[in-house]
Amino acid sequence: MIEIVEKREIREVSNEARVEFAAVSDNEAFARMAVAAFIMPLNPTLEELSDVKTAVSEAVTNAVIHGYENRCDRNDKVSMTCRLRGDELEVEISDRGVGIGDVEAAMTPMYTTRPELERSGMGFAFMEAFMDELEVRSEPGRGTSVRMCRKIGMTPWIAGEE
Amino acid sequence: MEDYKVINDYLMIRLPEEIDHHESLTISARADRYIMSGRVENIVFDFERTTFMDSSGVGIILGRYRKIACFGGKVYAVNADSRIRRILLMSGLEGIVEIMEPKKKCGEVKQ
Repeated sequence: MIEIVEKREIREVSNEARVEFAAVSDNEAFARMAVAAFIMPLNPTLEELSDVKTAVSEAVTNAVIHGYENRCDRNDKVSMTCRLRGDELEVEISDRGVGIGDVEAAMTPMYTTRPELERSGMGFAFMEAFMDELEVRSEPGRGTSVRMCRKIGMTPWIAGEE
Repeated sequence: MEDYKVINDYLMIRLPEEIDHHESLTISARADRYIMSGRVENIVFDFERTTFMDSSGVGIILGRYRKIACFGGKVYAVNADSRIRRILLMSGLEGIVEIMEPKKKCGEVKQ
């Protein structure tokens, strides 16, 4: 008799960290380094590390320059919650800024509401490309929350199978 | 070695280790001062030290390109590692910036 046991992914949160920081551009580096430190125990590849850092950097930059309209006021806060479910990282970056009226338009590559800042309009496109999942929730006047997921430690596993 | 240097009419910019929105403000402002001086026609971005870049780096290149392209200037990227190349290509910059192959060692301007 062969018994088939369905393998289920571990869905419980195994680790969690939450930081809140002022919406100033200096903290973009802080946020991506904090996430990098958080996933270190999972032994991420350089590629995974760089992908996650880029996505986080984009989301925090958006909160600073769009959510809080580039005011650089220390009282404006961005919060970042990192969760691990097995080998999957979930990062949620939220602000209580102006929000996005049309999320779909904002997510279009090259779209930018502030051409004077000489941004590339690639923020959401990069988050989408570098993470496995991206969810954007926003309410004008209330703020924006970006939730992203990415499996860590997949690359060596795939390479090892061959 | 200075991070900004003009050789003939080429502005060579040695980019920092990490390029994000915060860093991009200083880089763009400094580059623009050279462009405004009128001594610069082309720009070479040297990524030798750079290990991290987000879409702000794309903004720096696009913004400088717009300022020099109308005078026939060109933009080059040298010593970009695979991750930076990927970001440049994903943003559709291959038609705007000439990405030099690493073998050519164009970034080595030391004599």
